[in-house]
Amino acid sequence: MTDHDATETLAEAVRAAYGAAAPIEIVGGGTRRAFGRAPIGTPLSVAAHTGIVEYDPNEFVVTVRAGTPIGRLEEILARERQALAADVPRAGAASTIGGALAIGLTGPSRPFSGALRDAVLGVRLISGTGEVLRFGGRVLKNVAGYDVSRLMVGAYGTLGLILDVSLRTAPRAEVTEVRDVALNWPSARAALRRWEGGLPMTGACYTEGVLSVRFAGRTERVAAACRIMGGESGDPALFTGLRDLQGAFFARPGDLWRLLVPPDTPWDPPETLIDWAGAQRFWRVAGDPAAVLACAARSRGQAMRLLGTDRSRGPWGAGVPATMALMGRIKAAMDPRAILNRGRLYPDW
Amino acid sequence: MRRLKRILPADGLLQKSADVAVYECDGLPVYRARPLAVALPRTVAEVGRVLALCTEYDIPVVSRGAGTGLSGGALPHPRGIVLALSRLDRIVSIDPDNQVARVEPGVRNLAISEAARPFGLFYAPDPSSQIACTIGGNVAENAGGVHCLKYGLTTHNVLALKFFDSGGTLHEAGGPTGEAPLDLCALLTGSEGLLGVVVEITVRLRPRPPATVAWLAAFRSLQEAAASVREVISQGVIPAGLELMDGLALSAAQDYTGIPYPEGAAAVVLAEVDGDDLAVALDSERLRAVFTAQGAFAIERAARDEDRRRLWLGRKSAFPAVGRLAPDYYCMDGTIPRRSLVPVLTEIGALSRRYDLPVANVFHAGDGNLHPLILYDAAVPGQLERVEALGADILRLCLDCGGTISGEHGVGVEKLDGMCAQFTAAELAIFHALKSAFDPYHVLNPGKAVPTPARCVEPGGMHVHGGRLPFARLERF
Repeated sequence: MTDHDATETLAEAVRAAYGAAAPIEIVGGGTRRAFGRAPIGTPLSVAAHTGIVEYDPNEFVVTVRAGTPIGRLEEILARERQALAADVPRAGAASTIGGALAIGLTGPSRPFSGALRDAVLGVRLISGTGEVLRFGGRVLKNVAGYDVSRLMVGAYGTLGLILDVSLRTAPRAEVTEVRDVALNWPSARAALRRWEGGLPMTGACYTEGVLSVRFAGRTERVAAACRIMGGESGDPALFTGLRDLQGAFFARPGDLWRLLVPPDTPWDPPETLIDWAGAQRFWRVAGDPAAVLACAARSRGQAMRLLGTDRSRGPWGAGVPATMALMGRIKAAMDPRAILNRGRLYPDW
Repeated sequence: MRRLKRILPADGLLQKSADVAVYECDGLPVYRARPLAVALPRTVAEVGRVLALCTEYDIPVVSRGAGTGLSGGALPHPRGIVLALSRLDRIVSIDPDNQVARVEPGVRNLAISEAARPFGLFYAPDPSSQIACTIGGNVAENAGGVHCLKYGLTTHNVLALKFFDSGGTLHEAGGPTGEAPLDLCALLTGSEGLLGVVVEITVRLRPRPPATVAWLAAFRSLQEAAASVREVISQGVIPAGLELMDGLALSAAQDYTGIPYPEGAAAVVLAEVDGDDLAVALDSERLRAVFTAQGAFAIERAARDEDRRRLWLGRKSAFPAVGRLAPDYYCMDGTIPRRSLVPVLTEIGALSRRYDLPVANVFHAGDGNLHPLILYDAAVPGQLERVEALGADILRLCLDCGGTISGEHGVGVEKLDGMCAQFTAAELAIFHALKSAFDPYHVLNPGKAVPTPARCVEPGGMHVHGGRLPFARLERF
């Protein structure tokens, strides 16, 4: 892959935007522009900022430029029989690693191998004033300074333009198997609890009365796990679809919501799709989201709107005023003139 | 003080010099200061009222858990109060079905695992001080431990926080899975008490692994031992813990515990693997193969709890054991990429000879987190200065190979100068701006963790990072 460092060009563009107080929309592969509110601003492409900055397979850490397509990065890791430590979603072949960090979603392996932000060791970014800054590092343990790297993940590009990121990698699984078994939700949940910590699970979802589990790792362990679970052989595409929000469930009409709940929460209502061994529930909602919000409140969870036709509504609802004000001050600390992805996360920043 | 007294319970404000003396320092006693008073609230509401009052009168507040920190993070402010959270020690709930625990900050780290044990669960981060240290302090420092190679640091195991900003307003961050629009939990964790006062923590619990096996491999050279650590990870084995002890640490531990190590060992590597029986058997097989190939002359295996404890005892008591070799020791804490273990350990050995100060190495080798222990005698004039110079050289070594000045002990007051070397003025300015977002009047633990720009440009103390002069156009303070 061609190594192309566009730091200077990008920093200059942000500095100019800061000088003119003119907002910019940060664009990578352009595959995730439907996420979040419609931003105000001139598009600034990071797609040309590509390449591997540093990769030593023995360290299990890769430092990569944000415009690098995820697929290309995975090819490079696969040559060393490695993969990213977190399950990174992609919306298409052009999807970049920078975009994945900005939106901050993690695929089905989240409860077993951690969130995308858990795999982030450090970032280099351009602040809202156009300065190039580095936070975190390339080592596993690092407590010097506030953890700005993790703060960038899921902030929809409103706090900084991500230039490079250092990510943990993991050994690639020898084999991957998917098993399906018909169970009611309470029995499925009880089985998952029994297997957690023992069986090499990398995905557990439940839909239409069927528990599907993905096992991955060493051949002997996966074979043993399949014997313990029983059922029949399932479709691996179910899990890559879940990761990328693609497949039959996601093709249905309506806004796409996710509920983040304690995993033991009852299956309610039945037309939802359960992922993350219970902790993430996908809903398709036509019109009024009152039902999904009520369910979130009932289970002491959170509701987040991922995709929908009405772009005036943001991914997260407004929080408590004092905490919203605190988050607004954090935004101002990173981007004082609110030029980065203005309006994408919240209307006034 | 009168108003403070009214907020707190009858025995909740210490002012007498004898009572306050205990709070003069934390686990880094070379730094000491006497606070105006020590507040010991019993409830969350009292914490909020103390903060609001202190902000009103501009009184610095230093939060404190058990005071086991190793970087002076809980060093009192001479014009401020210590906010001791040790009495907020309730385990609010253990939810075994959802594998979470909600606890107050004064709960001891080990107490969480003890409360979770009947449900077959445990709280993974296990700093060496886990018998005494509190979860609130763990959050403030983003504490690690022996098992964080596999299970992550505190930040990876915190799902939600309730915290006060400096004005006494309560905020909630995180959620059932820890997702959030802005990850406030990540900012708070490791912020060393500068951003807020955490009053409730929701942590993730994990199922206790059904099987655990510990391995000890003895090597004739430190270099071979360090190389084997890298090879273990390269082979795709992620042990729950992977530790290294050098010859000086070994002989100290042997004298202290009476448990002998293999004769002629210049270094040992301790590795623990856990999981189901099959996973443990597979990992064990690979460990044995790697250690043998890397030149280990003795390999021991311990599967029963009793035997494992025996194998680990020397490691767990290594710090007090080394402490008996000299009147004082200074514990360093830097992290480096694993590939640099061999050259950095070799260089530390050379520095030790040059400064004529013995250095023992006992550390979390699997994640490259070094803890060189410099032995000295503070009563000998000039020794402490030499120790500090050697320490600074070791940290520079860590930075030069792409590492960091603090892996898990925090910056506190101890490593403020190191921060100037690791970050540019513009990066430090962002830290100050974030601090101001939470604490506009800088009431919370002022002067710690993030150096002022002035400190970094003091004569002789100017660090130029990556060849760039920070804020080249700015006036010097």
